[in-house]
Amino acid sequence: MNVKNKAVLITGASRGLGRALALEFARAGARVALVARDASSLQQVVAEIEKLGGVAWAIAGDVGDKNAIYPILGQAAELAGSIDILINNASTLGAVPLRSLLDTDCEAFEHALAVNTLGPFRLAKAALGSMLVQGQGLVINISSDAAVEAYPNWGIYSASKAGLDQLTRVWAAELQGSGLHVISVDPGEMNTKMHADAIPEADPRTLSDPHDVAARILKLVEGGSYEVRQLAARQSA
Amino acid sequence: MKSASWPRDNPLEERLLVIDARQQTYVDSRIKDLSHLLNANDLLVVNDAATLPASLQAGEVELRLLAREQDGAWRAVLFGAGDWRTATEERQAPPKFVVGERLVIAGAAGATAGFYAQVERVAAQSPRLVTVRFNLEGAPLWSALYKYGQMIQYAYLKCQLDSWSTQTSYSSRPWAVEMPSAGRPLSSGLLLALRRKGVALAAVTHAAGISSTGSPVLDGLLPLRERYDIRQRTIDAIIEARARGGRVLAVGTSVVRALEGCAQNHDGRLVAGVGETELVLGREVPGRLARSPIFDGLLSGMHEPSESHYLLLKSFAPAHMLDHGLRVANELGYLMHEFGDSCLILS
Repeated sequence: MNVKNKAVLITGASRGLGRALALEFARAGARVALVARDASSLQQVVAEIEKLGGVAWAIAGDVGDKNAIYPILGQAAELAGSIDILINNASTLGAVPLRSLLDTDCEAFEHALAVNTLGPFRLAKAALGSMLVQGQGLVINISSDAAVEAYPNWGIYSASKAGLDQLTRVWAAELQGSGLHVISVDPGEMNTKMHADAIPEADPRTLSDPHDVAARILKLVEGGSYEVRQLAARQSA
Repeated sequence: MKSASWPRDNPLEERLLVIDARQQTYVDSRIKDLSHLLNANDLLVVNDAATLPASLQAGEVELRLLAREQDGAWRAVLFGAGDWRTATEERQAPPKFVVGERLVIAGAAGATAGFYAQVERVAAQSPRLVTVRFNLEGAPLWSALYKYGQMIQYAYLKCQLDSWSTQTSYSSRPWAVEMPSAGRPLSSGLLLALRRKGVALAAVTHAAGISSTGSPVLDGLLPLRERYDIRQRTIDAIIEARARGGRVLAVGTSVVRALEGCAQNHDGRLVAGVGETELVLGREVPGRLARSPIFDGLLSGMHEPSESHYLLLKSFAPAHMLDHGLRVANELGYLMHEFGDSCLILS
């Protein structure tokens, strides 16, 4: 899919991979609507994009809040146009330092599910109908290898991402042949604040630059390779 | 006819009265039956306008947005003290505003910050009908509208509606001040099934306006001038459906108004782009049937003869059939209004 002039909604866009995706897609000519809870950080990303000659808008919203979904989508569609690509990137680790399931609060698990699983589900559910009428659309769910590996202390994050992966698989199966695609991308370990929060002792030099990962995701979208691999559901960027 | 007082759990099980003007038949069906009532090659045109939070509270005064003007101002109607639980016709009259006065929605009165609407024009027909301009524009305006606005509510409902209950499954840009409700029962799953069958889907965006102001004078002006956006691919889809012998079916009177208003604006041709229409179909030819030149049928909510929408239905079936259909629906226990049952009128 050529992303030039396409309306792309990116959640968790104020930093890390979300910010890198915003810059990358805007550089390629997409009209990007950026979502995060912190409006001031988002405005900085918008300013960076505008400086590059791109088009972007900041939308403050919490994807974990069911009542924020239509306000986010309504603002995005009004400002950027009917959404062509939705990138569910926002996610939470839960409490840090990470802790074992035995010591995990029930409320922390509920919050991780709200942000990492239910939020993407609700946004995709609300956006896919319009895409269906348009005859095309793409939803990218940013996943993790924690969705399939059992790392101690990563329990609620793992379970929420595994749930997201399974939603992706079922969605892909239900929408097969419709012109709509739902894929899951595992970006690998990146040099981001989230990674530093989770594994403070990690050597940043061993981690991927989120801008490189964002460039590979853009290439994947522009190459349309999701069309043949969508049922694999997880793609390592 | 009784009103549906709340969104029902499964819209696919809602009732659908199929009125076939040519066959002179009335068939009691369900929404889910659309998957075999529509044929491969048919085209379904929907209004993809999302519903915006059009009700803003400025102290005791409620500002209900009607439509955005091309220059960024908004037409609005004012309501006095009271809330959605009171029928619009029983709401208190608002104070009279003059040009230059502000309706402060957030922040202190007189402050330059905050969020307010300044009156630019007061209509000659009624001091309740005003044109206002907000102190914000672009992304900050939309952020404020979603922060401070509420969805327009209905006094006949038993609870307050949230944003999920006021959108169609395919809603996109927030242009409608009330939900284009004919499409409300069309779930994404049903639309996908129709697509797989070969039914084509296309959209217009039409800024569906307010249904009632509570004032006979103002209600007599409805529907007001409304904005539409028609894509070239929708026009192409209509031409292609005709070429392959399929029917072109509108989902809701707002779709008919947009496309036929567009044709009226361009000497009978459909031209892609944004425009406005004041067209009121059916009104021009009282007492006789004027076939819609674009559509072969209409999926609609249940409307009563007193509603402006009912006039438009006469473009699809003669009045005596509509009246009889209404009696049939009533006897079968159909429900009306935004969350009610539907009819498919085939001309």
